[in-house]
Amino acid sequence: MDDVKETVLSILKDLTGEDFSTKLDENLYDSALLDSMGTVQLLLDLQDKLGVEAPISEFNRSEWDTPAKIIAKVEATK
Amino acid sequence: MRWYIPYGNPTYFIWLAVALIPLMLGLLYGHRFRWCQTLISLFFLILTFGGPNWHTGIALICYLAYQIVLVGAYSHYRQRKSSANKGWVFVLAVVLAIVPLIVVKVTPAIQSGKQSIIGFLGISYITFKVVQTIMETRDGIIKDYHPVVFAQFLLFFPTISSGPIDRYRRFVSDYQNVPAQKDYLDLVQTGVHYVFLGFLYKFVLAYFFGTVLMPQIQFAALMAHGFSWYIVGYMYVYSMDLFFDFAGYSLFAVGISYLMGIKTPMNFNQPFKSKNIKDFWNRWHMTLSFWFRDYIFMRLVFFMMKHKTFKSRITTANVCYIINMLIMGFWHGETWFYILYGLLHGCALVVNDTWLRYKKKHRDKIPHNKLTELFATFITFNFVCFTFLIFSGFLNTLFFGPSKF
Repeated sequence: MDDVKETVLSILKDLTGEDFSTKLDENLYDSALLDSMGTVQLLLDLQDKLGVEAPISEFNRSEWDTPAKIIAKVEATK
Repeated sequence: MRWYIPYGNPTYFIWLAVALIPLMLGLLYGHRFRWCQTLISLFFLILTFGGPNWHTGIALICYLAYQIVLVGAYSHYRQRKSSANKGWVFVLAVVLAIVPLIVVKVTPAIQSGKQSIIGFLGISYITFKVVQTIMETRDGIIKDYHPVVFAQFLLFFPTISSGPIDRYRRFVSDYQNVPAQKDYLDLVQTGVHYVFLGFLYKFVLAYFFGTVLMPQIQFAALMAHGFSWYIVGYMYVYSMDLFFDFAGYSLFAVGISYLMGIKTPMNFNQPFKSKNIKDFWNRWHMTLSFWFRDYIFMRLVFFMMKHKTFKSRITTANVCYIINMLIMGFWHGETWFYILYGLLHGCALVVNDTWLRYKKKHRDKIPHNKLTELFATFITFNFVCFTFLIFSGFLNTLFFGPSKF
């Protein structure tokens, strides 16, 4: 469980340069930290590091817009 | 009986107001009368594609049958147990889906402006819906395929001529449910508000810019022969007309959808307030730009990053921006000004990203305040208007058109 969380947070840190461990509910799109480029990178990283096969059409912005939601999504696919 | 383009004149709205009453009463008391919705849709489709336009009606029916079979076949292929999900089958399905549109778009370019006989009003918008459904079927996200629901989705009459482009899964979940009474009342309130705002946009503001001002300034620009300040005037007038006309139409389409209990997505969000070009595409013709983002840009980036086509992430993004916007240009039509319009926006996205990276790196040296934001909005607005001037084709008439005087 915590493994997933740590990995997602480290991926997000690489992508945005920010540490989200204390702000799990921050909206990544509203704050412009993530754009479509970053999103694709995020999906690829999730695939590489966690083996999550999430196709792009699965990716609905409103369901993946905070670190907490991403972690929940990844855990749900496990 | 008269024939109408959707939302084209007051009588169309009177028809709408009358026809929607039974459906709205049903929704208010928790029922969606699907047969009623189908009848209403049929009626409005005949208004648009019947009468003197009957041949486009035939084209629409043939097109629809073709796409329903095509998507059905692809869906069947994907739904089989142990589906191979081959890439080439997917590519073939997408190519077959866009062939009719390509024929329609290319015909005028090679037959000196003659329209293809398989064309009809709104073919490109239906094609977007078809392609998107195929892509999500490929991804395994769309699992059930109902030809009838799919046809309802494609033919949803409030949005048939020019969008907004809805998504299959979103549409189906609305279509198969009935909103709670309280939510529906809110939808009706918002819908009516949108329709009246649409009246202001389309029949007052777009009329003023497009029908009152535009011909005068166009005439003055043509009389000046070559470059003149009138071209600049035309640029702003055309941009305003384009926005109020299209945003007005979109407000009608969204408003009427709401009355039918379908939450068609919005198309415009104050685009001229944009601080940069990326911001602009998040506010202008949003359902089109999001379609391009989700079904072309992101997929292209995903493919290129996975296959490591380019070493750098930045190059990948830049190449994809240009390809993405060029395709959008080609989609508008095969003329130099549409393609240049796409190319300019592609380049603008590249420049925008480069600037934002530079700014982030030198954060301490570059000022950022209300004034610079105002300046950014000013630059973006003028750049956008300039690209609309290209898009309008007026420069083509002015410099390359047959001499009129």
